[in-house]
Amino acid sequence: MTRKRRRLYFVLLGLLGLGAGAALVLTAFQDNIVFFYSPKDIAEKPVCEQRCRIGGLVAGGSLVKEGQNISFDLTDAAATVSVKYVGILPDLFREGQGVVAEGRMNNGAFIASNVLAKHDENYMPPEVAKALKDSGHWKEGEAPPAGMNNN
Amino acid sequence: MHKFANPTQFMRIANAIYPWVAGICVLLFAAAIPIALMFSPPDYQQGETVRIMYIHVSSAWLMMMIYGIIAANSAMFLIWRHPMANLVARASAPMGAVFCALALITGMLWGQPMWGTFWVWDARLTSTLILFFLYIGYIALADAFEDSERGDKAAAILALVGSVNVPIIHFSVEWWNTLHQPSIIKASKEGVDSSVHSSILLPLFLMMGAFTMFYFALLVLRLRSELLAAKIRNARLSQIAGHSAAQPAE
Repeated sequence: MTRKRRRLYFVLLGLLGLGAGAALVLTAFQDNIVFFYSPKDIAEKPVCEQRCRIGGLVAGGSLVKEGQNISFDLTDAAATVSVKYVGILPDLFREGQGVVAEGRMNNGAFIASNVLAKHDENYMPPEVAKALKDSGHWKEGEAPPAGMNNN
Repeated sequence: MHKFANPTQFMRIANAIYPWVAGICVLLFAAAIPIALMFSPPDYQQGETVRIMYIHVSSAWLMMMIYGIIAANSAMFLIWRHPMANLVARASAPMGAVFCALALITGMLWGQPMWGTFWVWDARLTSTLILFFLYIGYIALADAFEDSERGDKAAAILALVGSVNVPIIHFSVEWWNTLHQPSIIKASKEGVDSSVHSSILLPLFLMMGAFTMFYFALLVLRLRSELLAAKIRNARLSQIAGHSAAQPAE
């Protein structure tokens, strides 16, 4: 075996070991890497007794604003959590939109100290969004129809 | 492939394609900047803020591609000791660091109005910040030794170790739930699959092409000056050697 061969195998083996190590570490820390829990996670185990974040869609018709006092339901289709918040909402916040709330559970409700809007991967001009909605192909909060780019 | 390890051979080809790369880069920028920043439509949710995305995604694409190039060249340097591979990696690192910083900064400027925060420690943002530190670490380590060959080797090993981060950045938005949105351009069996309307996707492709050509054009210029610097160094060294050899005769 030449020295070049040996170095090649050494590098390949090193990368393989490194990749396996990284995969193991990331799997082990799975729970710490997720940015937010879903309402379903919270219904199943008491993960939010201390501070945490929950993410989901703002349930339609659940948003109540009284000045800066805001309450809404956060849902992931499997479970729903009611959220209370005092403060200013980001621009993208609306019913049907994905949001992440930071705070803690208190008597069955989530008291949020901060609310972030999550943006999805759908980009289109306003006219296209309007045309899709008018023709009934798409509702806000859902994934746009496949083949959108062929329209 | 091995014959391009010879700097003369490599630069002969690099110099031949340079005018083309530079020309295409200028043309693409001339088209992409007005189309992306002025004439393309606003987004239905983000409004005009979507224009940050053209710079953000193009920078993020380059920071990933350049790191891949550095890692591949570092491996070639470590295995076959090709000096040209080492030079390509070293010349690319500062450019990668700049594009990584640009991706981070444009992302923060977009995040404040859209998410409601400049920064969160989610998997995508954190792994990108680590990539930035890897670039900085690579540049620092490469020049940290008196003996530049030791610096070459240490930096190449760091680049290879850091390469595990590249797939982590790419897949972070799929493996974990993050605040950052999933990829907007995905490779699929039918080619490229995207949830972006063509009136926004086309300017993005123009901009990404312009950025990519810009990197390659700059790389050739940097390689030229690196090789010239090496020549000057060698000339100085032989001059000093000539002097000290001449001295005992006096």
